[in-house]
Amino acid sequence: MDDSRPIFVQIAELIENDVVSGALPEESQVPSTNEFAAFHRINPATAGKGVNLLVDKGVLYKKRGIGMFVAQGARDRLIADRRSQFQTEYVRPLVAEAEKLGITGEQLVQMIAEGSGA
Amino acid sequence: MTAVIEAEGLTKHYRSVRAVDEVSLRIEENTITGLLGRNGAGKTTLMQLLTGQEFATRGSIRVFGESPVESAGVLQRLSFIKESQKYPDDFKPKHVFATAPWFFPNWDGELAGRLIDDFRLPLNRRIKKLSRGQLSAVGVIVGLAARAPITFFDEPYLGLDAVARQIFYDRLLEDYAEHPRTVVLSTHLIDEVANLLEHVIVIDQGRILLDDEAEALRGSATTVVGTRTAVDSFVGGREVLHRDVLGGLASVTVGRLDPAERREAAELGLELAPVSLQQLVVQKTGAAAEPTGIEQTA
Repeated sequence: MDDSRPIFVQIAELIENDVVSGALPEESQVPSTNEFAAFHRINPATAGKGVNLLVDKGVLYKKRGIGMFVAQGARDRLIADRRSQFQTEYVRPLVAEAEKLGITGEQLVQMIAEGSGA
Repeated sequence: MTAVIEAEGLTKHYRSVRAVDEVSLRIEENTITGLLGRNGAGKTTLMQLLTGQEFATRGSIRVFGESPVESAGVLQRLSFIKESQKYPDDFKPKHVFATAPWFFPNWDGELAGRLIDDFRLPLNRRIKKLSRGQLSAVGVIVGLAARAPITFFDEPYLGLDAVARQIFYDRLLEDYAEHPRTVVLSTHLIDEVANLLEHVIVIDQGRILLDDEAEALRGSATTVVGTRTAVDSFVGGREVLHRDVLGGLASVTVGRLDPAERREAAELGLELAPVSLQQLVVQKTGAAAEPTGIEQTA
């Protein structure tokens, strides 16, 4: 857990990562709030807030008396969200750093091609 | 949310010393609250007042809606684990755990047994002969196994090694999750407990300095590092919590930054570093002791 952002936001992101990677498939049950709290050594109320954030976003849904499950279509929606943020979160800082180091646009494209193994 | 502890204008004088000075607070039911502050800040006195072990000079206290002073109904629902609990001479840990159920109606002997194993506590040694850490373990076990509706831990970890402290934190979270109750924990080891806390109260010189949700405090301060001119122009008219200068470099702690301000800082080539709860408390309570605005030159 890093100190710059609320822990419940970080918990929500960890769960989202697992949904995007497929570690938590759609319609599978996610660990309980108390399990998250014990595993990450955080206050259960904080873990619950993170889980509720994803319920509000429609990533998780609750089956009464059983627990939380990954919603149908959650993975596709999360991937679409992340693609739309890719430009600001990854490409802009990359280009800014490249400019600082005097790497030209062409060199950058070539480096990306090499890095992706293409 | 219902408050189980409420204090209004609470003040305690010892001769000329104001140990607790006009403190007003509410502690919500079934939360874990951290009571943080420097030595002599008034943490212990505040807990003694809230548990009816001291008389207030002024102000009111309501615990479960009643004054705790000499109220059997309130006191049997409290447990107060002190840093230096006194036991009768010749008492052994086994006697402590045998008598605890007389005072705590929710006592869980099975949990106590597991904790005794976890802490490797010798039951048959006289309390006087226990190490400081083992003595602390006795208090921690009583505090957890009592399952009192309100539990106060006043620096319960003295002499406990890192492993034993981790056991305490883990068992506290585990048992709190299964049996929610109100816990007030005073500690200096802020980094160790920061993630366990739902609410944080910082006191300094008997007064409340900060009283907020732990999550709201997280990210409420940021340290900006870079060349002195760039840092100074970015910081501008903001309130500065802390400032260090090293040659042409400056490191300045300011309040919360929004995403646009973070981008602006990045474009100026400034580094942003988060401030932990512990650093925040150090900067807030350290600042009161020295005049602000003075530059510390390293």
